[in-house]
Amino acid sequence: MIAIVDYRAGNLTSVRNAFAAIGAETTVTRDPAAIRTAERVVFPGVGAAGSSMANLRVLDLVDAVRDAARTKPFLGICLGMQILFDRSEEDGGTDCLGILPGQVRRFPSIPGVKVPEIGWNQVNGDIEYYFVHSYYAEKGPYTVGVTEYAGVEFTSAVRKDRLVAYQFHPEKSGRFGLDLLREFVSC
Amino acid sequence: MLTKRIIPCLDVRNGRVTKGVRFKDNIDIGDPVEMAVAYSEGGADELCFYDITASAERRPIDIGMVEAVARAVRIPFAVGGGIASLADMERVILAGAEKVSVNSLAVRTPSIISEGAARFGRQCIVLGMDPVRSERTPSGYEITVRGYRERTGIDAVEWARRAADLGAGEIVVNSVDADGTRAGFELEITRLIADAVDVPVVASGGAGSPAHVVAALRDAHADAAIVAGMIHSGEYTILDIKRALSTAGLPARMRW
Repeated sequence: MIAIVDYRAGNLTSVRNAFAAIGAETTVTRDPAAIRTAERVVFPGVGAAGSSMANLRVLDLVDAVRDAARTKPFLGICLGMQILFDRSEEDGGTDCLGILPGQVRRFPSIPGVKVPEIGWNQVNGDIEYYFVHSYYAEKGPYTVGVTEYAGVEFTSAVRKDRLVAYQFHPEKSGRFGLDLLREFVSC
Repeated sequence: MLTKRIIPCLDVRNGRVTKGVRFKDNIDIGDPVEMAVAYSEGGADELCFYDITASAERRPIDIGMVEAVARAVRIPFAVGGGIASLADMERVILAGAEKVSVNSLAVRTPSIISEGAARFGRQCIVLGMDPVRSERTPSGYEITVRGYRERTGIDAVEWARRAADLGAGEIVVNSVDADGTRAGFELEITRLIADAVDVPVVASGGAGSPAHVVAALRDAHADAAIVAGMIHSGEYTILDIKRALSTAGLPARMRW
């Protein structure tokens, strides 16, 4: 079973619909035990780092998510990627899960450059995926995909053992996004 | 490089997509879900749905339609028209829309923008605005509400700045004068607003040719453009528009 972690960080309908579109059954849960027994774990997230980390603590999900990220096929999406890192600048500085080394920063304010970045941008200079974000993860040892925006080259995909995470939304990135979900389901 | 977005807009009335000029003479042009799938497969970067009658008739948004679209397409879409409360926003977002667009409601109750942004994230909150040329306000454009029926005396650029400050994640500038004419976007107000705010701006109203779209994205500094009649009629495809963008040196998503 694929468990989608529901920690009150945004809407999970799109993620569920996308897995349904590739014939994968998912269950949405905020039960740590269900995450521990799941075969694969999806860690989505839309919103702010501070409140999301607070939700994970209140719901007692921190350890279950950390263990899952280290031991089983694990897919982080958007904010669900960002809070895998050590720390985010968001909300006055937020300590995150520390599964991946590195910092999450806000895009610089540059005249004529809009923040949030909203839209389709290339990963590694190739296919475009759909991004919506104001913060980005710095490049690090596990970066496997980079994207450029606001003069910054940031991490748009990471891979560490069985963990993969994307800054963009594979569930909203057309057939190329579905390809990534298929890869996750069959890994 | 971030690509410029082409966003087909589907005006839905009683479960069918309609197209009219300035909200008049609406004609039935198809099924919303079928059209959403066709445009998605044709290279649309995003979709938007407006339940154009919802507000006037005080009828709630058709959530079943939103759910059906969310199941059928794998690209983002926004829903607007008839949003009357935070609870309405939540229903639309939970049904699978990425974004919810508020227009008249935000003019009446600006706090809905900040409340929506706090609850769902600012990327979910789109401010739609319907400016009309006016001598009554400093920018030369005045905000109208209720489907252009009422002038407000509010300056369009001031309102855009305020909405962005309140937490709107994106602003759709829909020119009342140009809407439905297919004679080109109203470039002046689009550029004034695109240059005034630090959130993405979507040009809307008046697209009649790929060249019009290029002008909005290049000359008026818009980040995205809404198209309707020019593709609904079959006169142009999204690919035609994307090719025109590429030819003009604008970044466009060419593979889907």
